[in-house]
Amino acid sequence: MIINGETIAFAVFAIMAIVGGVGVAALRNLFHAALSLLVALFGVAGLFVLLAAPFLAMVQILVYMGAIAILIIFVIMLTQRVAGMREQYNRQWILSGLVALVVFGVLLMVISQLGTPENAMWNPSAVAATLPDDAGVAALGADLVDANRYVLPFEVAGLLMTVALIGAIAVARED
Amino acid sequence: MFAPVPEGGASEQLFLGGMVRHDTLAQIFRSMILLAAAITCLISADVPRVGRRGDYYAIIIAATLGMCLMSAASDLIMVLIALETTSISLYLLVGFLRGDAKSAEAGVKYFLFGAFSSAVLLYGLSLLYGFAGQTNIYGLSGALAAAGLEPGHVLLVLVMVLVGFGFKVSAVPFHFWTPDVYEGAPTPITAFISVGSKAASFALLLRFFLAVFPTYEEYWVVVIAVLATFTMTLGNLLALVQRNIKRMLAYSSIAQAGYALIGVAAVAADNSLGSGAVVFYMFMYTLTNLAAFTIVILVERVTGGDQIADLAGLHQRAPRLALAMFLALLSLGGIPPLAGFAGKLFLFSAAVDAGLVWLAMVGVINALVSLYYYLVVAKVMYVDQPAHADKAIAVSRPYVYSLVVTVVGMVLLGTIFIGPWLNWSTSAASGLF
Repeated sequence: MIINGETIAFAVFAIMAIVGGVGVAALRNLFHAALSLLVALFGVAGLFVLLAAPFLAMVQILVYMGAIAILIIFVIMLTQRVAGMREQYNRQWILSGLVALVVFGVLLMVISQLGTPENAMWNPSAVAATLPDDAGVAALGADLVDANRYVLPFEVAGLLMTVALIGAIAVARED
Repeated sequence: MFAPVPEGGASEQLFLGGMVRHDTLAQIFRSMILLAAAITCLISADVPRVGRRGDYYAIIIAATLGMCLMSAASDLIMVLIALETTSISLYLLVGFLRGDAKSAEAGVKYFLFGAFSSAVLLYGLSLLYGFAGQTNIYGLSGALAAAGLEPGHVLLVLVMVLVGFGFKVSAVPFHFWTPDVYEGAPTPITAFISVGSKAASFALLLRFFLAVFPTYEEYWVVVIAVLATFTMTLGNLLALVQRNIKRMLAYSSIAQAGYALIGVAAVAADNSLGSGAVVFYMFMYTLTNLAAFTIVILVERVTGGDQIADLAGLHQRAPRLALAMFLALLSLGGIPPLAGFAGKLFLFSAAVDAGLVWLAMVGVINALVSLYYYLVVAKVMYVDQPAHADKAIAVSRPYVYSLVVTVVGMVLLGTIFIGPWLNWSTSAASGLF
């Protein structure tokens, strides 16, 4: 393993993502858990940068950290009953922790068998090298509205958002 | 939708950048889903607090679109978006009864289980993309073979995908949400989930497994056969002890998913017969379950309860409704000459053809067990004395249409339409390989 800037940056961001994720599940104070979510999301944004996807990293920061996580924090602060909650364990936490560990072990076992750097498929730099030169934001935008690329999922995702909005109002409004 | 299917296999049938495929399988499942959606709207008409709400029908339309896309999706991205469009619309519909604690609980429960299984599925799909380097499901099997993976890697993905689909078809052990959601949701939505969402998921399951994992058949046939056994047996055993008709139909629908999984397990060994049987079975199940739920709604409106005991003496109060329910129950139980018999017959013979004789035996035993609880309901309708014999059961026009379509369809599908329908169903298989 070569120690260079990229590996160090990867280690930093990966630790942020993992520690943040563990914090979300394990912190007793719900508000702290929400803050911990911000750390995890920032770590993931950093990983996107390392994978040569700066646009996704920016979206991750703007949308997930800027909008969604902040919204969650607002909800917690505005809901008195939840904000006062200090205990988020139930009696099954040992069992579910065990299940999580087993799943993690299986995933680790399977994925660790893959990793040879010369195999291009598991090597981020090699993947980045296969990308076309114009793989930027403009190409992404063009692909999303190209009838031979991703226009259908894009439109359906738009419909999904609309339905979620209609449904949220229908379920939450006072009659 | 009924545009003729282009000849010439996947390359001619993929549209919009390979996102969807227009083939017979998609066509037949879409007609099933659209029929289910139409009848769901009909039987919603007189249901208090949902029948006169525009937003309710708007969400049903979105869910229907999601299901139609699920039956045709041929790209990992489209699979996920179609699944989410369906699921999120259904979460909202399940929790639609504002202020009703049961409906709210059902909505939240469905959402939590659904979000969990979607996450596992998404993880599986992203690993699949990582292994193969592409997203079109008709290119994946070749790319997986070229990547030179150990079987263990693909099996991991296979299990994750199966968790996602297993949740949608409510296969054991991913069925925990089913009884509570079926009981708490507005009854027309229960009907819609039990048929539309299940049919779309079976379409996706068939297409996905045959397109992506054909070289790993020896593994997933065993997994699905075991899943089918547990699903049938547990569903039927738990249905025996239910007192609430919606919960009883929930466990019955788990068991029915188990029978259909027999066909999926048989698909691998004998292609066209197995998938043809699944398609036929899902169509007959759609008609039959919609008929049963139409009557549950009508009775619920008059008696205000959804216990099996509330059906008591239905024969004296409304003989035609009792007869329709009786036919639906017989069809679910698999008694000739109704469609359910033909459906089960094709499934079990497909299993025998595929060399899964033990699985067919398990299916037959389960079908016999299930007859008991279906016939208990019939006994309650015909023998027990009604509590309010004087209260007539009003059947408004939308419900008449729904019952006529479903009951006539159920009888025709079990008699003179068997041949043509089975031909159409098996021709759906030809596009899968």
